[in-house]
This record gives sequence, structure tokens and C-alpha cells, in this order.
Amino acid sequence: MLEGIMIGLGTAFSISNLLMVIGGCLIGTFIGMLPGLGPMSIIAIMIPVAISIGDPSAALILLAGVYYGAIFGGSTSSILINAPGVASTVATSFDGYPLTRQGKAGKALTVAAISSFTGGTIGAILLMIFAPALATVALLFHSAEYFALMVVGLSAIAAFAGTGQVAKAVLMTLLGLIMATVGEGALFNLPRFTMGIMDLQSGFGFITLAMAMFALPEALYLVLDPSRSRTGTSNEIKDLRITKAEAKAITPVIGRQSVQGFLIGVLPGAGATIASFLGYAVERNIAPKAEQDEFGKGSVKGLAAPEAANNAACTGSFVPLLTLGIPGSGTTAILLGALIALNVSPGPRLMLDEPQIFWAVIISMYIGNLILLILNLPLIPYIAKVLAVPRNYLIPFILFFTLMGAYIGQNNATELLILVGFGICATILRFADYPLAPLLIGFILGRMLEDNFARSMQLYDGIGFIVERPMTMGLLAIAVLLVVLPGYRARRARLRAKGIADAD
Amino acid sequence: MALDRWIALVILMICLAYGYAAFFTMDAGLPPFMQRNPIWPSTFPKVLAVMAVLTSLVIVLGLEKGADDPKPTEINYRRLTEYKLGQAIALLAMMVAYALLLRPAGFLLSTSSFLIFGAVALGERKFLILVPVALFAAVFVWYLVQEVLGIFLRPWPFFMGTGG
Repeated sequence: MLEGIMIGLGTAFSISNLLMVIGGCLIGTFIGMLPGLGPMSIIAIMIPVAISIGDPSAALILLAGVYYGAIFGGSTSSILINAPGVASTVATSFDGYPLTRQGKAGKALTVAAISSFTGGTIGAILLMIFAPALATVALLFHSAEYFALMVVGLSAIAAFAGTGQVAKAVLMTLLGLIMATVGEGALFNLPRFTMGIMDLQSGFGFITLAMAMFALPEALYLVLDPSRSRTGTSNEIKDLRITKAEAKAITPVIGRQSVQGFLIGVLPGAGATIASFLGYAVERNIAPKAEQDEFGKGSVKGLAAPEAANNAACTGSFVPLLTLGIPGSGTTAILLGALIALNVSPGPRLMLDEPQIFWAVIISMYIGNLILLILNLPLIPYIAKVLAVPRNYLIPFILFFTLMGAYIGQNNATELLILVGFGICATILRFADYPLAPLLIGFILGRMLEDNFARSMQLYDGIGFIVERPMTMGLLAIAVLLVVLPGYRARRARLRAKGIADAD
Repeated sequence: MALDRWIALVILMICLAYGYAAFFTMDAGLPPFMQRNPIWPSTFPKVLAVMAVLTSLVIVLGLEKGADDPKPTEINYRRLTEYKLGQAIALLAMMVAYALLLRPAGFLLSTSSFLIFGAVALGERKFLILVPVALFAAVFVWYLVQEVLGIFLRPWPFFMGTGG
């Protein structure tokens, strides 16, 4: 492990990779601040750039930098103009915006920056401990377990990612898997479901799909509903200092929420949004009565909790990505797609085969967090000017960048038509409350899922591998439970509610 | 019937077509040696088709009750006409036009006009600022993609050569 850390330090501290971190964090903060653009869209737009860099560690460092830069930027716009650019920073605006209204915007930003720095750093330390341990266990897995593990991951995402309607999320996952079967499979060299269209021979482009699922619907939503793209100048930001008493108050909060956030982030399907809301709720419940009333009116504790939690959760979501090659969230799914495009196969072998990627990414997280604290925080008053960019300019540019991203990836104008077509479908799906992240995750995992399934079928000459390998069977049972349980519990709760109503 | 169930019905149709292809037409061209394999190219799609058909039926038949109230932050599609639907459709049409024109008209022309017309469709009228910004952005992105990233993009229309 020490050797790995040294390799990682060597890679991460090269001049070009340092520039990647700085650039990534700045771009992420910049775009993340724009209302309505989440980290998924930003990373999807940045992927073509990252891929053309060619060096996988540099690309992943850049994208990771963009990721936490975006989260940081999102919290800034939540605090300053109460317009969270990212779902995971909604909880930040509960207490951040009241502070701004009291004229304490600078203090709020500092508290947020310190909390996210600590959350991210503690998360990175935990990642350093957890990831190698998990990777060692994962090395024992065979293709049958891998298949089962991916099924568990997908069902967990379906169970938690949706808006409480598991069937919709499951259907989206299946649709993603179905879309992944279009084109030539690796095992058979037979074109499938291409309907004789040449452009579909190599399947749908993953960047195109990522853009169509996230960036395009968000942009269309901004067009449809101008109040979403609330831009405006904020009050003056001054006095970034916090008092000693405040520092003392938030220290335990940050400590608790960093660990809790990290653990939530590790779980597939949970992620930063749930971590931040849960962090806020937990801290409010355990706070003394007098402070509880402060929550929602500008409590520093209420601001520190979601910030520490969401940053730690972002770091935590890298654990399954780096060790198992299974993304737990939409954002890490896009990162996984980028890695595959760069010819890196994520999974337990990543740590052994390409330690420079594995460790450089982890080390770069420390650097990234440090940069967000010492570089971005003083620059915030200037970066916040981006909030004043008029919507008439912003939207055509966002649309142009989604088009460019899809075009550069494939160098094919048909891809742009596919992008627009899927973008419209995705927007309609979003109208009807269908979650889109499961579709993309299903699409990205589809190939691997089928490969591992086919391999185990061949090894065991049939479906028998499920019975012969107890671990596979156990994992599949968990997967079924994950999908069935929420529906069952909701049904029982409804029935009980009905029963009570009848008794009355 | 609510929109989500209509969508599920459409997905059901797609899945039925997909399943039909997987179960009945795909295996026809399978070489004999592959037929001895425990897994065929159609095996996985068959499983997926069955599961997807069942899941979409759950939604179409309304077996799962969900949240009834639309979230306040989301767009309520039932009042879609109250939103800027015209602008959205105009921009989508422009994206299609961009896709079709990118090769023949060259990158610089199509990009700058996309940015200009896009902003105009949204209500921008300050052409003195808009046009230079759009032109600058087009040239800048072209330079970035062509020279820095090294991906070929034809800058000029088709009758003016390939631009080096």
C-alpha cells in the first residue's frame, strides 16, 4: 500500500496532473454554479475533452476535479441566491441562504468551504483504507459473482434512485440494459437489433446517451421554465472569517457527518443527495433544543452538516467504482464510461495492474479539496459574477456544448440526430417522473453484465452456476429483496392505513 | 390515463417487438456450431424482454401506487402550454438543423449561426454584442478542438476545401 501511495504521489504531483486538478476544480465550480446544471451534465460535457487527453490517470483526475468542483459551485449558488444547481446542495440552502439574507454570505461560504474540505479529506482517508480492503476481497470473485454483484448494484440503484416508484426505476434499468444489447456484442461478433442500420453497428454512443439523458433535458427545462434559471447578482460578499465559537460548534458536526456521509456514499444508489438530507436531519435531531430552533434560520451547524456529508459521499461513491467497477450513482457511471473509453477496465485488478491510476486519483482528491479551499474560496466573489450571465446566452451555449460533446466523441453527424431524439424522449420521461440515472447505469453496465453472465453460463454449461455457487445465490437473493421489499412495505402501509380508516 | 402509464405502454410495445426479435427471428442465422453453446446471442435479450414486459405491465395496469402530487420544483406536463414550449421546440429544430448542416456548411458558419439564432429565439436583440460573442466562441472552440485536442473539424463550407 505504501508503495502504491508513493506511485500515486509521483503521478498526482506531476505538473500536468496538478494543472488538471486545478483546471477541473475551477471549471467544475464555474459551471456548477450555474443554476440547473448538475455535476452529471458537466461531467458528460467534459468527457470528450478528458478522453482526448489520452492519459487515463490525467483524465480521471480532471473529471474527479470537475465533480467536486461542481458540488462546491452548487453549494455556492445555493447559499448566495437560493438556487441550488445540484440536488445534493438543496439541503445547503436551508441554512445557507438565511445567512446570506442576514448579510453573512462570506461567513456562510467559509463554513461551507471548510465543511466540504474536511468532509472530502476525511472521505479520501476512508477511501484509502476501504478501497484496497474491498479490492482484496473482490479479487476472489468469479464471473458468476460479478454477474450477481452487478445485479445487486442495479437493483439497489433501482430501489433507491427513483421517486418511490420502484417499478419505474426497474423499467428504466431494463431499458438501459436493452439498449446496451444493440450493436455487436463482444462475445458473439454478431450484430444484434441494428435493424440493418449501419450507424447502429457499434451500438449507441455512451456520451451521446449521457448528454441526451442529463444535459439536454436540463437545458430544455431551463428553456421551458425561465424561473428555473434564476440568475442574478448577489449581495456583496465580505468578511470571510468565522468566530472561534462557531468553529467549535461545527467541528463535531463535520466529524460525524463526514463519516456518515462517506458510508452512505459507498452504498449503491444512495449518494450525495440522500447523504446531505440525512446529515441535516440527523444533526437537527441531536442538537440541543435551543439550537434546534435555529435550524432553517441560519444555523452554522445546519450548513456544515449537509456540506460535510455531501462531499464525503462523493468521495465514498468512488469506492465501488474503483474496487468493483460498479458505479453507485449516475455521476460515477459516467466516470466508468469514460474509463472504459480510455481502455481501462475498472475492477479489483485496477489497484494491482494500474496502481498509478488508482492511487493518483485518491491523492488528487486531497489536492483537489485543498485547491477548493485555498484557491476557490478567495476567488468566489469573482466567480460569482458568472451568476449574472444572461440566460439568452447561457442556453444556446449549453445546447452547443452538448452537441459538440456528442459529435467529437463519434465524429458522426447522425449521432447528433440520435442525441436530439433521445433528448426529447428523456425530457418526456422526466415529465412523467421516470428516473433517468438507472437507464444510463443499466446501459453502461449492460455489456459487462452480459459478458459475465455468458462466461458463467459457459463455464457451468448452463444456468446451474446460480445453484452451485452459494455466494452468487446469496447476492441474487439480496437483489430480489431490494426490489420487492419497498413495494411490499408500501402496500402494507397502505393497507394498514386503510384498515385504520375503516375502523374509524 | 396518466402520462406515465402511456409511456409504459409505449415501452411495452417496444419490448414486445424486441422480445419477438429475440425469440423468433434472431436465432435463424445462428451457425450450427454455436447452437451447441449453452448461451446464444439471444439468451440475454430473451431474459431482458420477459422482465421488461412484466415490469411495464405493472405500470400500465397501475399495480404500484406512487406519489400523486407533482413536485413543486418539477415541470407539470399537464400545463405544458403555459411554459415556453415554442422556444423549446424552436431550439430543438435548430439542433436538428445544426446536425444536418454541420458537415456541408462547415463548423464556423453553422456554429455561429446556431448560437446567434438560438439567442434570438430566446429573445436576445442586442446584435452588436451577440454576433461578436458568437463568432468569437465559434472560432475559439474550433481552435480548441482542432489544434489543442487534434480532432478534425471542417471549418469552411464544402465548396471551400477542407481547411487544411
